[in-house]
Amino acid sequence: MPKIEELQDVVVQTRRDILRMVHKVNSGHPGGSLGCTEFFVALYHELMELKEGFDMDGADEDLFFLSNGHISPVYYSVLARRGYFEVDELNTFRLINSRLQGHPTTHEGLPGIRIASGSLGQGMSVAIGAAQAKKLNGDSKLIYSLHGDGELQEGQNWEAIMYAAGKKVDNLIATVDLNGQQIDGSTDDVLPMGDIKAKFEAFGWDVLEIKEGNNLEAISKGMKEAKNRTGKGKPVCVLLHTVMGNGVDFMMHTHAWHGKAPSDEQLENALAQNAETLGDY
Amino acid sequence: MTKYVDQGKNDTRSGYGAGMTELGRTNPNVVALCADLIGSLKIQQFIDENPERFFQIGIAEANMMGIAAGLTIGGKIPFTGTFANFSTGRVYDQIRQSIAYSGKNVKICASHAGITLGEDGATHQILEDIGLMKMLPGMVVINTCDYNQTKAATLAIADYEGPVYLRFGRPKVANFTPVDQKFEIGKALLLSEGTDVTIVATGHLVWEALIACERLEAQGISAEVINIHTIKPLDAAAILKSVKKTGCIVTAEEHNYLGGLGESIAGMLGKEHPTPQEFVATNDTFGESGTPEQLMEKYGLNNKAIEKAVLKVLTRK
Repeated sequence: MPKIEELQDVVVQTRRDILRMVHKVNSGHPGGSLGCTEFFVALYHELMELKEGFDMDGADEDLFFLSNGHISPVYYSVLARRGYFEVDELNTFRLINSRLQGHPTTHEGLPGIRIASGSLGQGMSVAIGAAQAKKLNGDSKLIYSLHGDGELQEGQNWEAIMYAAGKKVDNLIATVDLNGQQIDGSTDDVLPMGDIKAKFEAFGWDVLEIKEGNNLEAISKGMKEAKNRTGKGKPVCVLLHTVMGNGVDFMMHTHAWHGKAPSDEQLENALAQNAETLGDY
Repeated sequence: MTKYVDQGKNDTRSGYGAGMTELGRTNPNVVALCADLIGSLKIQQFIDENPERFFQIGIAEANMMGIAAGLTIGGKIPFTGTFANFSTGRVYDQIRQSIAYSGKNVKICASHAGITLGEDGATHQILEDIGLMKMLPGMVVINTCDYNQTKAATLAIADYEGPVYLRFGRPKVANFTPVDQKFEIGKALLLSEGTDVTIVATGHLVWEALIACERLEAQGISAEVINIHTIKPLDAAAILKSVKKTGCIVTAEEHNYLGGLGESIAGMLGKEHPTPQEFVATNDTFGESGTPEQLMEKYGLNNKAIEKAVLKVLTRK
């Protein structure tokens, strides 16, 4: 089990990767990526039971599905630093002929990716299918998924949420990134979604909250509790309270950096706040 | 050549059900999904024999497509089942991203396609689904003509790795192809040899084409009838070989002329061998309520319409 200091080093390096990737091509989504960095690092370096290497079926290992595919920068950085592909390939993010497309895809054969995502609201259904395949195969490993909070405005989620509870898909931990922001503003301004916890519970899910969604220890504790609650007849939902743009002071608590790249000066400022730990790509 | 006779009317969807029953016994990876239409898709026997391999999704087709994509990740071969309208237009983006772009081994099996769905009317009839599906990169598009062919296609697509759209229908129609046929994806079937005109038909229009062929023969016109069951990939070689002999072509399908089989063939011929062509298809319109026979008559989708189109295309040679 890695020490918390080691994970924190990965977090800081991942932030640098995100910022540099997005800056280089002057496009991409840093805000949500930074907000979920601690979650991704905890998931891939501590929580998930993973095999060496990559195969599409992922038998006898935990699987992860990213539904809000626009936070691909954090996904790519964490996959690369977990060894799915060379860290140097992060240099090709969003460039022509790259495996690191703007939104994640299986189409270019990037190891670690099992479904395309980007058009929102589809990932929970896919995660449910993978969870049911695991059950059919007698595979006791788990399915993890991540969804944006704004993404819950897509109706397909509620079909999936109803189904997962109704069919007792209890080997699934679906995490919602509750940062309260979406492209056009705060989720409350764009479309108030009411009490998301109560909604999941009303649909029959076991819901727990991680109030400090940018704190590695809180994430670890919360997700281990979530894991303990699997296998008990209900799908498990984790409401992960995060701060969009976390770790870069001028990007925090605003939707402004949802899909905007930093300028040269802003990059310098942001990197200065996150000194190199594991070595830049 | 074989003289095709009706072995007894049956519905193509029952051919799908029979295929699923057989797959349930022979291929342990095959799983069936359905969006509250078990009876319509004729899969009760599969469910009875393999309850653990059946997923009742409820009235939630978008969720069904996503779950099917996810099931492939454990090595399953999911067959989704609902009406053609709800298998395509309703869930286009789910198919596009989670299945086609993701390259998932999902079989989208669509009953009640076209106008012969009948009395339910235009909300449930779809005449655009072939176009929607053939536009997706990597998607195989199949429209079967009778019970036997539908059963054979159902078995064949389980052995093919990749996304497939299998289109069939509701009414009982002539069952005339051999019971023991081997279904080869992408391979045209020459049903009747001729020299004056090529008739290429798919789905329910194939039997109508054979009837038209007999009537044309009585008028001294020699028609070659080709069954295209796989619209994509299209068997261009078979069509080219025929039109180089006959010099004109009629295409026949239960679909809008925009986006259908005829359009695919026109595009191919325009590039390879420009040929006078007439389209037996709907003319950019929605359907309406009525019996299948009434609708086929009103919308020009029967043997009389094919005969008329042949007489017209012959004047353009």
